[in-house]
Amino acid sequence: MSKITGAQALIECLRCEGVKHIFGYPGGAVLDIFDVIMDVDDIEFILSRHEQGAVHAADGYARASGRVGVCLVTSGPGATNTVTGIATAYMDSVPLVVFTGQVSTNLIGNDAFQEADIVGITRPCTKHNYLVKDVSDLPRVVKEAFYIANTGRSGPVLVDLPKDVMKCTMNFKYPEKIELESYCPTYKGHLGQIKRIVNLLLKSKKPVIYAGGGIIHAGASDELIEFARLTHIPVTTTLMGMGAFPASEPLYLGMLGMHGTYCANMAVTDADCLIAIGSRFDDRVTGKIDEFAPKAKIIHIDIDPTSISKSVKVDLPVVGDCKVVLTEMISLLKQRQQDLAALHDRIRNWNESIREWKEKQPLKYVQKDLIKPQYVIEMIDKLIPDDAIVATEVGQNQMWTAQFYKFEKPRLFLTSGGLGTMGYGFPAAIGAQVAFPGRTVVDVAGDGSIQMNIQELTTAVQYNLPVKIMILNNGYLGMVRQWQSFFYQKRYSYTAMRNSPDFVKLAEAYGAAGIRVENPEDVQKAIRQALAIKGPVFIDFIVDSEEDVYPMVPSGSPINNMLLV
Amino acid sequence: MRKVLSVLVDNEAGVLSRVVGLFSGRGFNIESLCVAPTVDSTKSKIVITTSGNEQVLEQIQKQLNKLVNVIKVIDYQNKDFVEREMIMVKVQAKTDSRAEILRIADIFRARVVDVSPHSYSLALTGDKDKLQGFIEILSPHGINDIVRTGTIIMERDMRGRRKLT
Ligand SMILES: Cc1ncc(C[n+]2csc(CCOP(=O)(O)OP(=O)(O)O)c2C)c(N)n1
Ligand SMILES: [Mg+2]
Repeated sequence: MSKITGAQALIECLRCEGVKHIFGYPGGAVLDIFDVIMDVDDIEFILSRHEQGAVHAADGYARASGRVGVCLVTSGPGATNTVTGIATAYMDSVPLVVFTGQVSTNLIGNDAFQEADIVGITRPCTKHNYLVKDVSDLPRVVKEAFYIANTGRSGPVLVDLPKDVMKCTMNFKYPEKIELESYCPTYKGHLGQIKRIVNLLLKSKKPVIYAGGGIIHAGASDELIEFARLTHIPVTTTLMGMGAFPASEPLYLGMLGMHGTYCANMAVTDADCLIAIGSRFDDRVTGKIDEFAPKAKIIHIDIDPTSISKSVKVDLPVVGDCKVVLTEMISLLKQRQQDLAALHDRIRNWNESIREWKEKQPLKYVQKDLIKPQYVIEMIDKLIPDDAIVATEVGQNQMWTAQFYKFEKPRLFLTSGGLGTMGYGFPAAIGAQVAFPGRTVVDVAGDGSIQMNIQELTTAVQYNLPVKIMILNNGYLGMVRQWQSFFYQKRYSYTAMRNSPDFVKLAEAYGAAGIRVENPEDVQKAIRQALAIKGPVFIDFIVDSEEDVYPMVPSGSPINNMLLV
Repeated sequence: MRKVLSVLVDNEAGVLSRVVGLFSGRGFNIESLCVAPTVDSTKSKIVITTSGNEQVLEQIQKQLNKLVNVIKVIDYQNKDFVEREMIMVKVQAKTDSRAEILRIADIFRARVVDVSPHSYSLALTGDKDKLQGFIEILSPHGINDIVRTGTIIMERDMRGRRKLT
């Protein structure tokens, strides 16, 4: 190949990585790259209306499809606008590669126009990042970036591209192999340790599986289902693990933690053996840490060694990929038919107690005159197709979706768990729709959150991405109001969302459709109507404004200490 | 608990800040820090003296290992090692105390690296305790300045030797 510029080489690298979509926003420092992109037709560029939107869209694209999400933005403010999106992806282990423009190498450090030390800024919220100072390093860096983003515990990687480097020419050759002496994630778990785990769980009387997002990242859902069915061990999932285990399985307990089900929280508290798989003992899950699963021997399977014994001391850890380790465990268990039969006998009573907890305190609400947000979620679940993707914003809308939408499959639920980023859901839904143009994609939103990235409605309209935004309009920053109601004597300091726009008119102003629903009997009709519309739709559900999310574990309490309806 | 770790890293711009940023971002403690290239100039060794309970020290090592530019983290807990630190002390030296200070320097095997009518600058290497003793003995004379390098550490080559106990 003859010599090509850095900008051209970048696009070649993306082709070599099989990239089909880039989300981003142009600017001075990336003019050369955009000049090349204009003539590229095998990679589609999606122009967001804010760089944060671009990163969340790439994130939604990655979570829904399992492929690496790619972003391209300019230097300075373009780069700093990506930080929330990158931190969101980092907390939830989402594979992204974010390319940022940078001022020319001779200007770096001069406080040049639109200069920001984005490598410095994002160091603690990326899995790794690079500043490319020499164009000949570009192919290797891009290859490493994609490799690091999507192996081990996946995560975002940032590559900073100075303007002059994009103009330099080079002989392009994409490296075939990765040579990273210092980075080699462990996939295969230690066999001796896996055997000890199998022995331990075969002896248990009250075992519970606590599965997290790691199952979804590893594509280990089928293995998890097989493992649970084989052993009869009940399963609870974290927010990030929703869909890793089908909600309709009798062994499913629902989500655990602060807004987890009564049954899941009771089961974990009473368990004598807790099998954590691809989960990380987040404080929203554990509540008071010393009283989390107090009677249990704790087994922990995770690809990230730093997750193990970080907050909870683990009795039997295994570092490895969830899928690989589960497969190993299943095959060991299959050679232990007698012990399995004994386990089934032993835990029959346990599964019986669990059934009683389920019946005693199911998730519930009463639909009267005002629309209950939970009812809206149930109707969405009823009316949208099985393969529909559901994103959420953050707050009550998110928790109700986790509680009342029955996720049957992985990669259908997109939500910001670790960082809890308001404004995540809508752009994430856009990204998911780009990945799956033919599927229904819904964003369950709050009236507060939706306003944080509402500008992306232009993106949805421009690219004809028919995302359905279901606003649970309670007139409040509901989740914060709920805390104020419970713990601050109902002093609603700045949580009333006054002067929200008319979302129907707003949608229309953007060239989308808008529907307002005020009566419970119109809920289903409106959802059907929205699904029938070809483009993006806002439905403004005016819901009961002071509805709260139950159960709730007050922060810092043990998780069996739940406030119930 | 105090712990000295040596961290082998890629000798690249920004690597030290990743390591230091990890410590500050996660609230880990750094008592001292030494960095220099190794025999292989593409790699550097960072020696970090830190402290914390067992769980924290375990996290520190895991988190360091997780950094992409970290090749190896060596913990000397169950190894034979030599540990050294160097100190330079500028101590006031008046007519009546000059001889005494030199005697102390001699006892500790410190070297005089600078002399002035008012002070001696002494350089000493040793482990933490020895340096501490040196400082204590010199203090009554009036110490004007102290510079320490921080601890460096190296595993002993135990091949063909009896294990020290
Ligand atoms: C960017 C950001 N800012 C602030 C918060 C704190 N916060 C958490 S939930 C919430 C309220 C969200 O309100 P809304 O979107 O209306 O959802 P609701 O809880 O009412 O369903 C707020 C402000 C946050 N999570 N993210
Ligand atoms: Mg609200």
